[in-house]
Amino acid sequence: MEVLIQNIINALQWGSFYALIALGYTLVYGVLLLINFAHGDIFMVGAYIAFFLVIFMLGNIGLDPGITLALAVPLTMILTSGVGVTLERIAYRPLRRKGAHRLYVVITALMCGLILENGNLALLGASRKRFPELLETTVYRFGDVSVTNLKIIVILAAILVFFFLQFVVTRTKIGMAMRGISYDKFAIPLMGIPVDTVIVFTFILGSGFAGLAGLLFAMSYPVLEPYMGALIGWKAFIAAVVGGIGDIRGAFVGGFLLGFIEIGVVAIFPSTMRDLFAFSILLLILWAKPTGLFGLARHQKI
Amino acid sequence: METGNKLQRNAFALAVISGCVLIILLAQFKVINLYIQSVIMFMGINIMISTSLNLVNGNMGEFSCGHAAFLCVGAYVSSITSVLIMAPNDITGAPFLPPELAVLVFPISVFVGGVVAALAGILVALPSFKTRGDYLAIITIAVNYMVISGIENLSVVGGPRGFMGMKKVVKSMYELADIPWMMIFVALGTIFCVLIIRRYVSSTYGKGVNAICQDEIAAEIMSVNTNKVKLVTFMLSSGLCGMAGGLFAHVVGYVNPQSFNILKSTEAMVMVYLGGMGSLSGAVISAVFFTFLLELLRPLQILKWVIIPFTLVLLMQFRPEGIMGNKELTDVFPKLRKYCRFK
Amino acid sequence: MSLLKVEHMTQNFGGLQAVSDFNIELQGGELVALIGPNGAGKTTIFNLVSGFYTPTEGSIRVNGKDTRGMRPHQVTALGVSRTFQNIRLWKDMHVLDNIRVAQHYRMGYSIWDAFARTRNYMGREKEIDRISWKLLEAMNLKEYAYEVPPNLPYGLQRRVEIARAMSIQPQLLLLDEPAAGLNSRDVEELIELVRWIHDTFHISIWMIEHQMKVVMSLCSWIKVIDFGQTIAEGTPEEIQNHPQVIKAYLGDDTI
Repeated sequence: MEVLIQNIINALQWGSFYALIALGYTLVYGVLLLINFAHGDIFMVGAYIAFFLVIFMLGNIGLDPGITLALAVPLTMILTSGVGVTLERIAYRPLRRKGAHRLYVVITALMCGLILENGNLALLGASRKRFPELLETTVYRFGDVSVTNLKIIVILAAILVFFFLQFVVTRTKIGMAMRGISYDKFAIPLMGIPVDTVIVFTFILGSGFAGLAGLLFAMSYPVLEPYMGALIGWKAFIAAVVGGIGDIRGAFVGGFLLGFIEIGVVAIFPSTMRDLFAFSILLLILWAKPTGLFGLARHQKI
Repeated sequence: METGNKLQRNAFALAVISGCVLIILLAQFKVINLYIQSVIMFMGINIMISTSLNLVNGNMGEFSCGHAAFLCVGAYVSSITSVLIMAPNDITGAPFLPPELAVLVFPISVFVGGVVAALAGILVALPSFKTRGDYLAIITIAVNYMVISGIENLSVVGGPRGFMGMKKVVKSMYELADIPWMMIFVALGTIFCVLIIRRYVSSTYGKGVNAICQDEIAAEIMSVNTNKVKLVTFMLSSGLCGMAGGLFAHVVGYVNPQSFNILKSTEAMVMVYLGGMGSLSGAVISAVFFTFLLELLRPLQILKWVIIPFTLVLLMQFRPEGIMGNKELTDVFPKLRKYCRFK
Repeated sequence: MSLLKVEHMTQNFGGLQAVSDFNIELQGGELVALIGPNGAGKTTIFNLVSGFYTPTEGSIRVNGKDTRGMRPHQVTALGVSRTFQNIRLWKDMHVLDNIRVAQHYRMGYSIWDAFARTRNYMGREKEIDRISWKLLEAMNLKEYAYEVPPNLPYGLQRRVEIARAMSIQPQLLLLDEPAAGLNSRDVEELIELVRWIHDTFHISIWMIEHQMKVVMSLCSWIKVIDFGQTIAEGTPEEIQNHPQVIKAYLGDDTI
């Protein structure tokens, strides 16, 4: 029983990371119908930005770890969304303006991801970075179940982000514009909606929360390396699709589902089987429900 | 369109064959060193990879991002077959057949690898009946990860450490006769692959693939059995890629699962989109060019993997249709048509 | 045995009844029209007959064979061919290839024949070529054989689409609004073309059309539907004066 609860908490934490990254995929896809393959690497960049910020604030300025954390969260999010928006401006927007085939944008995204990964490797070298400890670990014990404060923060952050985004997308004007663009990108500008602004806003949201995920991830697993974003990014993407890409709820459900599957597999089988099982289960889900759990089948009209 | 006599119409094919023979002769008389030989062999293998992926991503318009999975299956299956039969190993002990037969067993094992890879292709083909586009892309990625992860968990074939022993098989071929066997087999494989794809896409059967790409519903209603064509195309593509994998494994002499990860799939995609979607000659040209570029940039080490993606980003901005667009060489240089038999 | 026999065909989409209790029987050789206001379910009926949807209730028989459970390409192979409301040619393939690919169901060779270029393959491909050229010539499209459809004017694209449907060698040709988007001269040509096809190949032609000129000058029998219900059928003269039809098109004037 205790083991089960312990695993559920681990799965929630692990799923939170997936969910936070998956929503970046889902937001961009929901608006542009573009798989932003560079998103996993934006997460990685977010973790590195957090790392340099924290080192700078702790070392060069000598701030208190608590204040550092309080400053690092918004700064990381802002800087990471800057990276995302830059990517959109220099790589995706010109293609969109030219009306290029969707596939070319996807390839560009894939290549931008490679540039970020390997550029980082070339700049900073292959040595892994160790993220300094910002938060004094407090362990809460309930019987045999132990929860660290960090885990609670991660899970809470994911839940808060979910409600925030759900509010933005369904209740605000810009959220409605976001949903509108994916349906008809030609009609939307005619309705007086500034498409580019909405798209930039989408990238700000997606990349900002990827930055947050990067920071939290770095705090939880304090070893950074340039390829850390690749695998987790691909997986989060699959999670987003299983949930039904383009739907915020789908991203979170998919993310947590993946978290539960992976932790569940590791609890029963050797940990090397994790990917095999996780991907097989996801494949089966997609097989049964090709548009994901929350995705709506778009009927083709003839 | 009866232009030119028979010799003239076959001139292109003759030129290709004599080119291959020339390269093999150069290798035989040690005019080109082992390094250049291996680069040429990689070119051949890359041509197989890129043309086979082009069939799915270019001609059929799907978005397969996990092509390396089939490369992996082919590489492992053919290596295991050839090593189990021809070389002393931990599993079956002494080899079944005398080393002289390696020359026969090797191509068979490559073929077996291709067949098994084609069967693995069903894994992607079946979901493609129901879904396409982005959702199918995910399935291919998932299959890529599943294959790698599956092999990493098979300790019989070395798990994450990889599998070796193919060097012995290759060596016994060289002991039989000192000619560049691997070059010959890679050349044969490449020609076989390009020829099969060429014949497939130029038949009415294969044109159904293009029809599916452009309008699947119209294709189905105009009597194209879309599911069957998809199945055949996916299996053909993965099978040929599996054969490339078998050759690759024996050229390198050692395989491990991580050399077939998503990065390898990305490489294959780069070659396809660099060459131009749906253009067979584009896929061949870009594979040669890409291999050359990789070798040229080798001294830059990791920066290579910044420069290549960057080039591709620029290409997408200024010439998104790739080197050839969806044209063939014969469309760009109509005069060539006189020298080759089809189209 | 009748060529097409549709009995009590009903189609529900969720709660919406798009087609209800639709019946038709074609013996072969007729020219029939299906008319009705927009959204009446006309295209849905074509989609059902061509096997793209499976009817919720009722049966469709082509030459006595029930098409339930068949995939569209199998229905097509039985001799039911169609065109689309908004032209759906394969845009990157030239006209000749468009015609060729539509003969997929009677290629008569396997994939292995294609790889090995066997005699059977060469012979069959030649035959497909021959039929395609003959058809192009008959339909006055020969000079456009190597053009891709987007380069052709709209009227010609329609003609190519009809040619493609004809290369199936159908017994029943379904034309979904063939005159939509054509100018008056093209419409004249279309009427000629349909009449010519009907006279030359003696096949059944069933069309959805809004332009009364086309319907009245071609068809001998007209079915009118509204909201999925058959509200009238008969000869053109009968339909023109049918009170229900006038009501469906012009609305109820008892305000």
